[in-house]
Amino acid sequence: MSIAADPTAADRSAPSGQPAPAREGAIEIDGITKVYDTKGQRTLAVEDVSLEIEPGEFVVLIGRSGCGKSTLLRTLAGLQAPTDGAIRISGQSLYSPEGKAVPEVIGDLGFVFQDANLLPWRSVWKNIALPLEVQRMSRPDRRRRAEELGELSGLSEFLDHLPRQLSGGMRQRVAIMRALAPEPSILLMDEPFSALDAITRDELNMALQLIWLEFRKTVVLVTHSITEAAFLADKIVLLSPHPGRLQKVIKVDFPRPRPLELTKDDAFQSLVAELRTELGE
Amino acid sequence: MTMTNRDDASPVRSMAPAEGGRSLRELLDTYLTWITTPLLLLAFIALWKLYVVVLDISPFMLPPPEAVALALVELLQEPFFWNFFRITVTEILVGFGLAVVVGAGLGILLGRSKLFERIASPFIVASQVTPKVALMPLFLLWMGFGMQSKIAMVVLLSFFPVMKATILGVRSIGSEQRDLFTVIRAPVWKRLLSLDVPAVLPYLLTGIETASVLAVTGAIVGEYLGGNEGLGAMVVMTLNAMRVDQMFATIVALAIFGFLFYAVIASIRKIAVPWHDSAQND
Repeated sequence: MSIAADPTAADRSAPSGQPAPAREGAIEIDGITKVYDTKGQRTLAVEDVSLEIEPGEFVVLIGRSGCGKSTLLRTLAGLQAPTDGAIRISGQSLYSPEGKAVPEVIGDLGFVFQDANLLPWRSVWKNIALPLEVQRMSRPDRRRRAEELGELSGLSEFLDHLPRQLSGGMRQRVAIMRALAPEPSILLMDEPFSALDAITRDELNMALQLIWLEFRKTVVLVTHSITEAAFLADKIVLLSPHPGRLQKVIKVDFPRPRPLELTKDDAFQSLVAELRTELGE
Repeated sequence: MTMTNRDDASPVRSMAPAEGGRSLRELLDTYLTWITTPLLLLAFIALWKLYVVVLDISPFMLPPPEAVALALVELLQEPFFWNFFRITVTEILVGFGLAVVVGAGLGILLGRSKLFERIASPFIVASQVTPKVALMPLFLLWMGFGMQSKIAMVVLLSFFPVMKATILGVRSIGSEQRDLFTVIRAPVWKRLLSLDVPAVLPYLLTGIETASVLAVTGAIVGEYLGGNEGLGAMVVMTLNAMRVDQMFATIVALAIFGFLFYAVIASIRKIAVPWHDSAQND
């Protein structure tokens, strides 16, 4: 593997039942409520959601539209303060009492947007290296880091291309690499593959799993695909809509790495059926 | 471990045309305007000549093309022509430059703040719906018959499209792109340099192209109405002297300058925003 190993990765790589001694990458969600107040119209988007996420755990948030899953993820990313409740990332409060996200804590988060969200005027490698520019890393170091990540994601030949020259699947790979570039301990993903065709989606799910196995980052992924949730997750968090409430948490313990054929397995199928019933489809 | 690239049969859309095997059709397609433009121009001149000869038009109404060409050649050898040319070009370039700065500055301000736009827009709209040419005597009164009054007219005429385009550009930046810069903790200067400026650029260029045309108009109109310097004033002077051939020659010279000016401005797009759809050939 060409990526420089994260020195703390070994400490975090055992998501066993016991709480890990290092809490780096842990997420504690404590009674989050989010009310939108637009022109006097109050909308309750998320109501009293509490959740513990272990370091290195792969958590998938799923629910019908209006269940507040994206709101919850944006709150986790420091993009909007909750109306009530607290979030702790690696043991530190994400929001100050005034409702401002604490910069040092956001620095530990990587975010993957729904539609790649690349800057069209930047080449692939400069898109990947954007977060490193903010950290004042030197240009040769940024290029080296982008090359490492490019190799990891099969983008090596395309580092100097513009995003408009890439397919949708490849653009999304670039987006994931950009989020990983500053080596965050937590990766937040907002329906990252929803705009892709089924085959590309399978491939990226597989690739994401392998990357996760490599780095053991904590991942929180929002999706509306039941199969995707069952394939990727250690823990599936079901949210019910209007207002968004925690409905159920289901542990998934298929051995890893999970092959794509797993989806044809009986146990997998019954999990999918269970999820479908829970979601009321 | 490496992710594979199988998600697309040909993942990279080629930007350069395929080497070798370029058909006649492709060649024609590439150099089409190199043929059609001179041909159409020739046809126009021929029609002009035909019209003058067949209908026996007085050279005071419409001089034949060769008389205009001759007058132009003569003019190009006159030092006073070049002096006037320099004055007009200075007015255009200075006024245009100021218009871009004022337009882009106001555009960023108004694009960023809805409140500011609501407060300022009645006055900006008023400055545009007022017949601007009617303000020229006022500019002459305030700034005299020199270049300043004409530059003011150029700015007034050409800042508006720059400002409008910049506002649109600032508003076009998606909330997801802004979120991205929040997530990576980019400071204000980084946002401005790496997001606002490049995102606004294609829009700004559109505004600048329109402004470049209006800038030439502004300078000429200004010179028509006041003072005795510049090519606009020369059009009036040659007409008063009944030298219609020279008047036409002056107009031709202005048209050539305006065309070149616009071409230079428009060519910036390919260099400045090669990533944008507007800079693509296909």
